[in-house]
Formats: sequence, C-alpha cells, structure tokens
Amino acid sequence: MDLNNLDSLQFFYPEIVLTGVILFLILVDLVVVDKRWVGYFAFAGCLLSLWATLRLYVAPEGWLFHRMIVLDNFSLFFKVVSLVAALSVMWISFSSREVRSVHQGEYYTILLTSALGMFFMASSTNLLMAYLSLELVSLTSYILTGFLPRNRRSSEAALKYLIYGGVASGTMIYGMSWVFGMTGSLDYARINEVLAPGGMNHLTLFIAFLFILAGFGYKIVFVPFHMWSPDVYQGAPTPITAFLSVGSNAAGVAILIRFFFPAVSRLGDEGNWLFLTGVEWPHFLLYVSMVTMTVGNLCALNQQNVKRLLAYSGIAHAGYILMGLVVLNNEGLKAMLLYIIVYLIMNLGAFLVVVIVANATGREDIEGYRGLARRGAAIPAVCMAIFLFSLTGLPPLAGFVGKFFLFAAAIREEFYYLAVVAIINSVISLYYYARVVKTMFLDEPSPADQQVLMTPKDSALLGVLSSLTVVFGLYWGPLVHYTNESLRFFMK
Amino acid sequence: MTDHVLTYMTFFPLAGMLVVLLLPGDRHDLIRWTSALFTLPPLLLAVWLYANFDPAKPGLQFIEKAPWIPAYNIEYFVAVDGISISMVLLTALLCFLCIFASWGIDKAVKGYYALFLLLDTGMMGVFVALDFFLFYIFWELMLLPMYFLIGIWGGPRREYAAIKFFLYTLFGSVLMLLAILALYFSSEPNTFDMTRLIAQSHKYGTAALPIWPFDRLGWGFQHVVWMALFIGFAIKIPAFPFHTWLPDAHVEAPTAISVILAGILLKMGTYGILRINYPMLPVATAELAYYFLAALGTWNIIYGALCAMAQRDFKKLVAYSSVSHMGYVMLGMASFTSQGINGAVLQMFNHGTITGMMFLLVGVIYDRAHHRELDGFGGLAGIMPLYTGVSALAFFASMGLPGLSGFISEVLVLLGAWQKYPILTVLGASGVVLTAGYFLWMIQRVYLGPVNEKYKTLAEINGRELFTLVPLGILVILLGVYPAAVLDLLRASLDELNRTIIPHLS
Repeated sequence: MDLNNLDSLQFFYPEIVLTGVILFLILVDLVVVDKRWVGYFAFAGCLLSLWATLRLYVAPEGWLFHRMIVLDNFSLFFKVVSLVAALSVMWISFSSREVRSVHQGEYYTILLTSALGMFFMASSTNLLMAYLSLELVSLTSYILTGFLPRNRRSSEAALKYLIYGGVASGTMIYGMSWVFGMTGSLDYARINEVLAPGGMNHLTLFIAFLFILAGFGYKIVFVPFHMWSPDVYQGAPTPITAFLSVGSNAAGVAILIRFFFPAVSRLGDEGNWLFLTGVEWPHFLLYVSMVTMTVGNLCALNQQNVKRLLAYSGIAHAGYILMGLVVLNNEGLKAMLLYIIVYLIMNLGAFLVVVIVANATGREDIEGYRGLARRGAAIPAVCMAIFLFSLTGLPPLAGFVGKFFLFAAAIREEFYYLAVVAIINSVISLYYYARVVKTMFLDEPSPADQQVLMTPKDSALLGVLSSLTVVFGLYWGPLVHYTNESLRFFMK
Repeated sequence: MTDHVLTYMTFFPLAGMLVVLLLPGDRHDLIRWTSALFTLPPLLLAVWLYANFDPAKPGLQFIEKAPWIPAYNIEYFVAVDGISISMVLLTALLCFLCIFASWGIDKAVKGYYALFLLLDTGMMGVFVALDFFLFYIFWELMLLPMYFLIGIWGGPRREYAAIKFFLYTLFGSVLMLLAILALYFSSEPNTFDMTRLIAQSHKYGTAALPIWPFDRLGWGFQHVVWMALFIGFAIKIPAFPFHTWLPDAHVEAPTAISVILAGILLKMGTYGILRINYPMLPVATAELAYYFLAALGTWNIIYGALCAMAQRDFKKLVAYSSVSHMGYVMLGMASFTSQGINGAVLQMFNHGTITGMMFLLVGVIYDRAHHRELDGFGGLAGIMPLYTGVSALAFFASMGLPGLSGFISEVLVLLGAWQKYPILTVLGASGVVLTAGYFLWMIQRVYLGPVNEKYKTLAEINGRELFTLVPLGILVILLGVYPAAVLDLLRASLDELNRTIIPHLS
C-alpha cells in the first residue's frame, strides 16, 4: 500500500501520541509546581505510544506519506525497542540524583524527541528522511549529553559529540548526494530499481557507500567512528548514557540494515541477500567488525571508570552485532535483532546498577565498587554480576543466546576467522568484566565506603531486568519467534 | 520416580541452592545440614542407579528426553552408559562428602553452600547430558560458582588463581562452542543430539582443507573440529601445555573445592574426549590419538611427576601428581585396546577417590598447622598416628601399590598401551618409579623422622574428617581387590566405543 498524507495518519498514532505528549509536557512544565509530575506524564505518554505501536502489528504493511516512511514489522520492532529503552531510562531517571538537578521539563521533552527521532530512523525509506531523522536523534543527543549544568566533563563531552557528529553526518550526506546523483532518486525502492541491472561505476558506488557508512557507523559506534563514545558516555548523565548505548545504537543498526539490505541489495531465494556485484562493502564490514570488537575490548581492559568501561564494551558489542551483517542473510539479521533485545536488557541493567551506586556514593570509578556486596548492596552486586557475565556471553544468561546466534550465523556461512576472532574477544572481555565483579565480591570494603541502598523503584526495575536476563538465557523460544517475525521488510 | 532418576540427581542440588538462599544467613549449622540433606538424595539415587544399571547393555540407559527449544532441535536429553556411569557415581559421592569437608568454612557460609550446590548441578549435568547444547550449558554453568568459590574462599593469591582458571577454561569452552556449531550445521537435519551426530559421523569431511596450515598437515574438517574440542578438553584434563592454571587453582582453593577440582573437574576433560571426540570424529581420533593423547599423555606422566618432585608445598605436590596421573588416562584411552580404555576410565574413577583423599588429608594438616611447607613438618607419625595411617593408605594407593585401586588401573593402562606403543609404555611406566620417588620422599619429610617440637600438640584427626575419608578409603581398598565392581559397568560401552575407532586405524 502506498498512502497519501491524510490516509497515512491512521497508521501514525504512535508518532502522533509522542508528539502530542512532547508538546503537552512543555505546557505542563509551566504550570505544575511539583516537577516530578513532568516525568510521570512523559512515562504515561510513552506507555500510550507503546500501546499504539503494538496495535499496529495487525495493520497492513506499506508506505506512508508518499513513500517517505514505511510501516512494516521491522520498523515496529525498532519502535518497540526505542520505547522500551525510553521507558526504562525514564524510570531510572526518576530516582537519579544527577537528573534531579536539571530542568525536568526540558529533560523529558528532549528525551522523548530523541525517541521520536529513532522512530523515524527505523522507518524512513527515503534518503532525505533518513538524514533528517538521524539529525533529529543526533541533535537531541548532543543536548542531553551536555545537560548537567556547570559540569565541565558534560560540556566537553557534548562539544566533542557535536563535532564528531557534524563531521560524520556531513560525510554521510555527501555520500547520499552521490547516490542521488547516480540514481536520480531519493526513494529507496527507486534506487533499488535503478541499481539492480548494474552498469554503475563500482568504485563510485563503493565510495558513496563508504561515506554513508560513516554517518551510520558513528551512531552504531564502530571503529574508526568510535572516538567520541568513551568521553560522551563518561560525561553524560548516566541515564542518558544508558539511553544512548541501547537506543541510539539500535536505531543506527535499523537505519543501516534498512539502507544496505532492502534498498541496495536483492533478496535471494533462500533468505540470502545478494549485494551489487563489484561493490564490496560486506568485505569491508567484515574487517570493520573484527577491528571494532578487538579495539573495544583491548581498550576496555585498563579502564578505571565504569561508564568508560561500559563505553568500550559497547564498542566491542557493536563489533559483535556487525557479525550478523557481514554474513548477508536473514539468519544473520535475525541474530542481530535478537542481540539488540538482549543487549538492551543487560546493558540497561548494568547502567541501572551504576546509577544506584552513583546515587548513594557519587562515585563512578571501579574503586567505588569495592566490596559492594558487603555494603548493604548484595542484591545490586549480584545483579551486576549477572549483567556483566551476560555481556561476556556466559550461559545460562541471555547474552550467551545472543552471541550463540551471531556465532551460529557466522559458522553457517563459514566465516571461521571472524568466529575465531569473536570468541577470542569474548575471552578477553571476561577479564575486564570479571575485574568489576572481583572488586564487588572479592575485595574488602574499606571503612570509609558508604552503604549503598536502593529505592523501591530501582529494585523493581533491577528485578525485572535481571530475571529477564536469566529467563531468556534458559528459554528463548518466544524471543526467537519475535525476532523472526520482526524481520519483514516492505519493499514493493 | 525411577523414570526421572537422572533429572532428580542433577537438580536436587539446585533445589537445595534455592532453599539455602532462603535460609537466614547467620544460622550456619542449619545451612550446612540443609546442604547435606540435598546432596544425600543424589547419593542414594546413585546407589540405586548402580544396582539397576544393566552392565551387559552397551547403549544408553535411563534415557529422558523432552523438547526444549524445538525450533532449533534443542532437547533436554539425559542418559547414562558405561562411559559416564562411574563419573556420575563419583560426583554424587564426592559432592556429599565435600559438604562435610567444608564444615570449617565460616566466612559467608550461605554464599559458599549455595554456590557449591550450583556447582554440583553443573557437574552432574555435564556427565548425564546427551544433547550437545545442554552439555555446553552445564559445562559453562560450573565456571561461575568455581570462580567465586576459589576467588572468595581461597588462599592469599585467590584472585589471581580464580581469574586464571576462569580465563583458561572459558577459552577452551568457546573453542568447543565453535566446534559444536560446526557439527550442528554439518548434520542433516541440524541437530544437537549427540546420538544422532554420532550416527552421521561418516559424513564429516576428512579431505584436507585448502587453507594454511591445514593443507600442509592434511587436516580435514573432522581434524579441525577434533582439535577445537580437544583443546577445550585438554585445558580441563589438564594436558601439557595447558596445565598451568591447575597448580594455582589447587593451591588457592579451599580444601573441598580442591577435592572437587581434582576429583571431578579434571575428569570432564577425558570424559569429553571419550564421549564426543571418539565416537563423533572416529577418523580424526584414529589419526591424531598417537600425538595428542598417547605421546602427550606420556609427557604428562613424566613432566607432572618431575614437577611434583620439585615442590615444597604439600598441596602443589598433590596437584602436580594429578597432572601426572591424568597422563595415564590419556595414554590408556589412546591405545584402543580393551584393557587400555577400561583401565583409563577406571583410572579416572580411582584418581577421583585417591586424589580426593589426598587433598582432604592436606586440608586436615593445613587446618591445624596453617601452612603446607613440606620441610616444615616432621615426625607427624608420632603425633597423629591415625592420620598417618589414613595418609599412608592414600599415598600408597596413588603410588600404585598392589592391593590398592591405583595399581589395578595403572596396570591395565600399561598392559593396553604396551600392545600399541611399547616405547611410550616404557616411558610411562618409568613414571611409576618417579611417583614412588616423590611420595616416599614426601612421607619421609612429613611423617617420619624426628618429631617437630612446634607441632607436638597437634590434635589427632577428628570424627568429621574421618567421616569424609573413610568411604573413599574403603573404595580404594575394595577396588584394589575387586575392581570388577566398577569395571563390569564400563566394559560393554567402552568395547563398543573401541570398535567404532579400530576400523579407521591405519
């Protein structure tokens, strides 16, 4: 289906609700005295939007707004992911000490705007739309990163992020202009039609794709576009770091898959994707993937700040996620989607514990976790261990299932070297994750270390995330079913 | 009840863990007795299993199967046969005894016993799982509790030892994961069911792969997979050069955990090779066994013994003696003769009981003297005669004194290996002399000689310690005079296993 502007609106409720809530929040912020209500309204708005999104699963697939965006299971999947990320981050923000010091109205408005941008990133099928949505997410992220008033680190991070982001998106739009120049169209489906017969200059296309990859790569955080992430992760308020690490990363994956698969590749008979002959971007990504995971893990080894450590671990995980892309088939893409869910759960969990500790002690360095298990925080410590070992990929935790499917996809297509590099990286990653665990359990707390207590809100979310990590590690049938269903693109 | 005996044996300790977690943390004795209560049923079931196991049948028995993740053909599939039955019995016994051996732990008792029970489930699961995926889950499930058990309750260098153990084992197991996936995608239809993977063993390619270095070595798919699995298992055995985690882990671990490490975890390496490499990759096994099992095993025997001789730490000596004794297992199983392979599995069982005793004995003396320097004792025989008597039994059994269980298995291994590798057998047999050398020297330094004035008042071994040692001692003597009690269980399955390899031997 290919709908005009007015007809599209009936399939556009999630975005409409979100936009309405954003505008409403600005008004509410002016009138209510107890600013906590702003957060609660934002939360309720997100829930409403989630409900509207889930209802769209029964709607027919198709193009909306004259082929600007598309409604299919793939876009719905990422909308759900962004909303779940936004909801959890808001929940974490309610009790975060850092967030309490900032303007609540702006904070939640911008957070929701960022989520809205992710909606469009996942569903745009037009280069212009893709660029705009990416910029929407980027701009809001810059602001959120620099949100802590009178905090040098936060401002520095925002500036760095802005400069890197500016360069990356400039490069990307330059690449897009090449594609437009060659194909005469911004519409993904048209681009596909023009490119399919071949005949384009391979080198030109390859360079154009590389430029575009720069923009996507900086959102997903792969080498060499990763330099901003440790500083931004460290400088941003921790809930925002959590949001960037799962939400913006996932949206980047969405826009990347959408462009490189349905737009410029062709689906073969057995769920394998045939990319344009002569344009070797998958090979390029193969090396990017290996380098990304290795760089991420090696740099993480020596970090003293937990947020920086998680930033580098995030880079490594971006490398793992790319594995699913280079195998060029639907199995690989499904593995990526699965990994995104799993990564969302365990990484949010890890950041939640960081917030809990920071709320109590104001510390983010690993030393601040010394003997955490014996400082009244046995439960957060155990949960943190679960999340970190899950990030390592140890069974029976969810992270193992995610890695298992990525490795399986690689082995199936006989990318043995990639698989070997990935497993060696898993072993390396154990070292630094276990270092945090060691500090929490094996080291004795010094008398000066404060007790760490959590609020009921935090413990509720912690309970949910850690039990999901364990449950999905033991029984992931429904998860696989959901990702299988989610890998459906609307192409014609 | 009897339909699910293996499931009960595996998951009783897990239920125990949950119960222990619910108990108040300061009721130490309650936690200890609860843990004992939850490891007793597996032991009783093991006795029942022993009585009801049909030794004449070579195939799997007490099979339980249930779909787990049907979309990927992953099943909950457990069973025992001659390869695993002895290990299941050993695990049930040692876990029960080690609960009592841990009685002295008084730091974070609740956490200790909860982790111990989780470890118990993992170990039992490895020996009964017949689905590759399930096997891998249990295999990795052991790592976490082990890491914490060494890391929190261990000796002074516990953190180093714990992470070293963890990294080594994880490296091995991720290689194994790749091998599992490679086998999964080579099977038709894709399956993790070990019996079905074995049935298709002829399909796994043996033609040399066109990638360096495999083209030079003439290694095919089967050889590469064999090697990936082998490295994973060799780290557990531990075979040279992957053994360096073992002395560290053993020395730092608390007594009971050393017993579990040496008694059960090491056996998983050789068990895995017998269970997976042998039947699933018979051609590669036939071609590579000489280098990586027989020759490496012999090297293990001699190297381990020489290292043991040079140790000044009591526990390190016992640890290196394990390296040496696991070499016999490797040598025996590489011979593909009935005596050799039966001897190897019997040696696995015997080493479990004997080394278990030795570590318990080291623990007894360490609890009293708070050090383990071999040269720091002297004349213990005069102070603790009963302790010395039990020690002598264990050490002589380990040395291979006729009439005790170690003798039978070593002789069987050497008899079997002699038919295939006479030179290696001669070298391996020299290990017996070296073993006698370091044990006798150790006995002389620790137990004999003039009484060390400092330790005149050491208390004699107490009832609880005897309780953990006596059952093992009885087994050592019993299997020394009547080895058929265990051998009969093994023979049918192991001879069948040999028959799958022998046609491929050149």
